[in-house]
Amino acid sequence: MKLFKTHLYAILVVLLLILLIIFKPDVGMKALDLSASNFMDMFSVLPPIMLLIGLLDVWIPKEVMIKYLGEKSGLKGIGIVFLLGALAAGPLYAAFPVAAILLKKNARIANVLFFLGVWSTAKLPLVMFEYTSFGGKFTVIHIVSNLTVFLIGAYALEKSLSPAKKEEIYRISSSMVN
Amino acid sequence: MSTVFLYGLVALLFIISWFKDPQKSKKALKIGWKSFSKLLPTLIPVMVGIGIILSLLNPEAVSVILGEKSGVLGMLLGIFIGSVAFMPGFVAFPLGATLLSHGAGYPQIAGFVSSLMAVGIVSLSAEIKYFGKKSAILRNLTALVAVFIFVLIVWGVGL
Repeated sequence: MKLFKTHLYAILVVLLLILLIIFKPDVGMKALDLSASNFMDMFSVLPPIMLLIGLLDVWIPKEVMIKYLGEKSGLKGIGIVFLLGALAAGPLYAAFPVAAILLKKNARIANVLFFLGVWSTAKLPLVMFEYTSFGGKFTVIHIVSNLTVFLIGAYALEKSLSPAKKEEIYRISSSMVN
Repeated sequence: MSTVFLYGLVALLFIISWFKDPQKSKKALKIGWKSFSKLLPTLIPVMVGIGIILSLLNPEAVSVILGEKSGVLGMLLGIFIGSVAFMPGFVAFPLGATLLSHGAGYPQIAGFVSSLMAVGIVSLSAEIKYFGKKSAILRNLTALVAVFIFVLIVWGVGL
């Protein structure tokens, strides 16, 4: 029963998919193909990232994280999250658990938000690909404009949070990785 | 390619960790598995749901919607589709390039591609689970601002 409840939405969409395959086979089979490739993408990044999170959790002491990415990490912190995000692999949802482990170890919220922005837009392998697909001008404007907004936005968003709200964010994200 | 690298790297780290401290490594494995199973219930419906939605869209229709003469409406639609859709960059970029060669405009494609990467309406439920409602929504709004600025610049310089 509990399993049924946690996977209620999953069961509903799978039912919908089955109905499509039965009554509209051409659309249904295409949807099945696309869903399968979504799962392939997921399994190509998520399991190692999850194990990495476990390893980070047991091996990186809080003090180290606070020193490099904490409240007073300043420019150094920004530089480090930029590198972390740029060297990342995988879709944005794979960044959430990584961001959560950073928060669990008391990284600064603005740093973590900027990390999510860099991950979404400036992953190195994707940047190369973007360059070959759309050209240099497009890519440079994209990355420079978006990262500027993400950086300013990260600090502005952090500032808009009350201490209680920040506390809550740290608590929620920690509970997702332990 | 990056998948092999990622799996290899993490496997190597795990082996090193195991030699240093099997107990800690077991704990790491447990934490990883538990975090994975917490993310799964929100991801499975997204994966299948997006599969269904994308199977109903066809590229010809999309390149008409995002055509060079579609103007501001086309840009808004590009941003909307990108925010709602969900596909990896190595699929989205060639698709964007194809749409361009079919007559889509640069600002429209800029809106589509950049919102696809940074704005996640369908992954919002997962994001809320990790960071709470307020910060998840505000992060997506910030990303939306970034997308609009990018589109305006691309439009302004006349790419």
